[in-house]
Amino acid sequence: MNKIDDISGTEYKYVGTRPVRPDGVDKVTGKAQFGADLYAPGMLFAKILRSPHAHARILSVNTDKAEALDGVKAVLTYADLELGDGGHDLEDDMNHVLENVMARGKALYDGHAVAAVAANSASIAKRALKLIDVEYEVLPHVTDIEKAIAPDAPIIHEDMYTQDMDPKPEKPSNVARRMEIGHGDIEAGFEKADFIFERRFRTEAAHQGYIEPHACLANYRSDGHAEIWCCTQGHFMVRSACAALLGMDLSKLRVTASEIGGGFGGKTTVFIEPVALALSRKCGRPVKLVMDRDEVFRASGPTPSSVIDVKIGANKEGVITAGFAELWFQGGAFPGSVIDLGAMCSFACYNLENVKAIGWDVVVNRPKSAAYRAPGAPMAAFAVESALDDLADRIGIDPIDFRLKNAAEEGTIASFGPKFRRIGLKETLEAAKASDHYNSQLGPNQGRGVASGFWFNFGGTTSASIKIELDGTAVVTVGTPDIGGSRASMCQMAAETLGIPYEDVRCIVADTSSLPYSATTEGSRTTHSSGMATVYAAQNAIGVMCSRAAMIWGIPEDAVDWKDGHARPSGANAGDFEPMSLAEIAKKAHETGGPIAGHCEFEAGKVGQSFGTHIADAEIDPETGFTKIVRYTVIQDAGRAIHPSYVEGQYQGGAVQGIGWALNEEYIYGEDGRLQNAGFLDYRMPVCSDVPMIETEIVEVPNTGHPFGVRGVGETPIAPPLGAIGNALSHAIGRRMDTIPMSPPRVLEAVNGG
Amino acid sequence: MSNIHVSATVNGDAVEFLCEPDESLLDSLRDRLALTGSKEGCGTGDCGACSVVLDGRLVCSCLVLGAEADGRTIETIEGVADGDDLHPLQQKFLDHAALQCGICTPGFLVAAKALLERNPDPDETEIRYWLAGNLCRCTGYDKIVRAVMDAAEEMRQ
Amino acid sequence: MVKVHLWSSARSVLDGAESLELEAKNARELLQRLGAEYPALQPQIEKGVAVSIDGIIHNNPSFQPIDDDSEIFLLPRMAGG
Repeated sequence: MNKIDDISGTEYKYVGTRPVRPDGVDKVTGKAQFGADLYAPGMLFAKILRSPHAHARILSVNTDKAEALDGVKAVLTYADLELGDGGHDLEDDMNHVLENVMARGKALYDGHAVAAVAANSASIAKRALKLIDVEYEVLPHVTDIEKAIAPDAPIIHEDMYTQDMDPKPEKPSNVARRMEIGHGDIEAGFEKADFIFERRFRTEAAHQGYIEPHACLANYRSDGHAEIWCCTQGHFMVRSACAALLGMDLSKLRVTASEIGGGFGGKTTVFIEPVALALSRKCGRPVKLVMDRDEVFRASGPTPSSVIDVKIGANKEGVITAGFAELWFQGGAFPGSVIDLGAMCSFACYNLENVKAIGWDVVVNRPKSAAYRAPGAPMAAFAVESALDDLADRIGIDPIDFRLKNAAEEGTIASFGPKFRRIGLKETLEAAKASDHYNSQLGPNQGRGVASGFWFNFGGTTSASIKIELDGTAVVTVGTPDIGGSRASMCQMAAETLGIPYEDVRCIVADTSSLPYSATTEGSRTTHSSGMATVYAAQNAIGVMCSRAAMIWGIPEDAVDWKDGHARPSGANAGDFEPMSLAEIAKKAHETGGPIAGHCEFEAGKVGQSFGTHIADAEIDPETGFTKIVRYTVIQDAGRAIHPSYVEGQYQGGAVQGIGWALNEEYIYGEDGRLQNAGFLDYRMPVCSDVPMIETEIVEVPNTGHPFGVRGVGETPIAPPLGAIGNALSHAIGRRMDTIPMSPPRVLEAVNGG
Repeated sequence: MSNIHVSATVNGDAVEFLCEPDESLLDSLRDRLALTGSKEGCGTGDCGACSVVLDGRLVCSCLVLGAEADGRTIETIEGVADGDDLHPLQQKFLDHAALQCGICTPGFLVAAKALLERNPDPDETEIRYWLAGNLCRCTGYDKIVRAVMDAAEEMRQ
Repeated sequence: MVKVHLWSSARSVLDGAESLELEAKNARELLQRLGAEYPALQPQIEKGVAVSIDGIIHNNPSFQPIDDDSEIFLLPRMAGG
């Protein structure tokens, strides 16, 4: 059999085309089933009681009256959840996950779950919540980073001492951990600088804003087996977490990923699934639990907010001599904000001799943060790209030329350590410089900003199987939920490998009992890792088909090649027999040894890192401070775009999320520690009339580690927008913007010289 | 509180259901009539994922009571295609990759169809403002607007 | 012997050195030896680290082969969106 060449230069039939996705018709006709769309016989509806306090000791929870209400079937408190010793595989501290799912002893943020009810109807469940008596002792709270790290701050975890400090701290604090990366001697670097930029930047927390609230249906059976249907980025993760939290064997829990209505990182952990499952275990009935939108805002996992001090020096020739950043990220009420990623991403785009980034992981009385698209990168890039923009102005060099002069390339020692392999940052910068957008004129009150961004891209544990049907079609099975059209990409890669039409391949996402473990759809890994697994599974099936052809022809197995969907005799036997198509071999499967299938279970490595450059034109209204993005371009290295429309879609969607975060979106906490804008009306995400068309250019510098060159594209698009828009606004106003979001009041203040 | 009996016409079919007095039309459609194509994204009329047409008017079904539907006509996403024949908007959404996760898609299609029935030749700005009541978090709206423009053009011919 | 680089805050165990050398044929062996020779690193290794081998980052380090001239970097383990 032929091996697929790594980047062979082969002309592809399906890779790089734009077919209709296999799940498309269901999605445009309303038939697709999302998290809340499944109903089970005898199903109950559940609701969660949440703390109205930012920080409070829970003295008692009395559920007697709720349990007595007609129609109530189960009431749950923390006492019903206990960490088992089950062999879960998750890296998270499961004690924190458990405590986040249901408060134990203390409520740590406004919205923290305290109890839950399952009843015959949602309205009965809601009434029952009001009958639960919770006695709180309200404690002082802190929701702001700078206040949380002040010496007199209320301490959230009395047993938390800052880790990785030398010497070890004597007192507990709200700082969970310190980390540092870098190389060289920044002091020496700053000595050599002709220009130095130094400033503090702040970004508020944003929410992923997926339109589908968290939803699940859990069914615990009397024999100890259970099923969960839920919207998640990783159903294997849900299984591990729920099994751990309920003390179950992994094999007794089967989790099916529904269609998922957006995730962006926010559905990479559990919130309600263990609660629904524990309620179902308690009453022996299927339990459906769906979050309301205000619960999503108050009690799922938004981004950290951040405070970032940045100092960058450059010489007159435009070479950066030193870069320093100190970043504080609050990850909510538990340790584990994405401070490592923030620090590692901050200077990843640049080739710096002297660089240092220090990260501090801070806890506050807010919901435990979760990943949001390139977690940590947008905030860090905002600070660093703003600094670069200011330096370019002062040096008198074009901002793209400045970046080109300092850009990381193959062989550059990354700020986070290793040498880069082949990467495409320079290609994106050159494309930006040549673009029509960059060479167009600006109107009055308009400013233009440029910024670059980086994301690692992930590999990880992955499985796929492919079966060849008797009629010559194929079904691919993967374990990574499809959020943005990945099933189409899998079908394209399988069709390309097998040599059969795209329309003859289907792809499904299998439940946890039907396929070996697959890591979560996160880190831009799905098209890369499940794609590789699909290709290898298809090659595996091709091997089986070649051996069947050899059997039919009566020649040795290794004398059969596979090309264009046909087995062909090769070597000494070349030309002895007519090539046999996949369909012909498939048809004879039951006579030649049984069904034909291929599979792949592996640890996907060889990821290709991804870089992008964005150009933003912003127009301000100097009277109101309102900002309109009038033109926006995304240029990014995809490695290889399997389905260019969905790659463009990732670029456009990431850019618009970035526009929202840059201009409007923010978590607003009151003095009382409560979230004041837990709804789409007050947490203002971009609507259709807010944004222009988003221009895109796909750069392709193939990842040689992937059979088709895929790097992964989902996350990098949100790294540059905060910086690009910040730079555009700074030019439009004539003052450096340093706080996200750059909402109308902040813009107006800057316009008026504040 | 006893339930309320409602008779209505949904996607051309006469239907009857019982609902609680404070139940939204969205919940009635989903929980009573098994029409789960309309989605709840917010429950407060801000996201448009539950868009339906009630007596010819585009509404958020989460802001209408199920009981209010009595004697009225409702069109949902399930009634947009004619059997196996997709509406041009549905086909263009597929052709343009105007959906990623697809949760907002039913609402966008119902809203866009209502637009094109009023204005067969909307410009980009008119489309963007008409669809401003529908949130999409995946696409950045670009491909949705293009799909609607393309469908409008095809429908005019 | 392979040369192993640590990120700066993990370097405190090395008394100021940038890197260390030890014998390892794969990532798992590397982490086992590191933990044994530098017990102060063991808690971090247990919490999770990524190993970059010649510029390819392995977030689940196990039996990935290491040559004597491989460029080895330890990084904090990554979680994504």
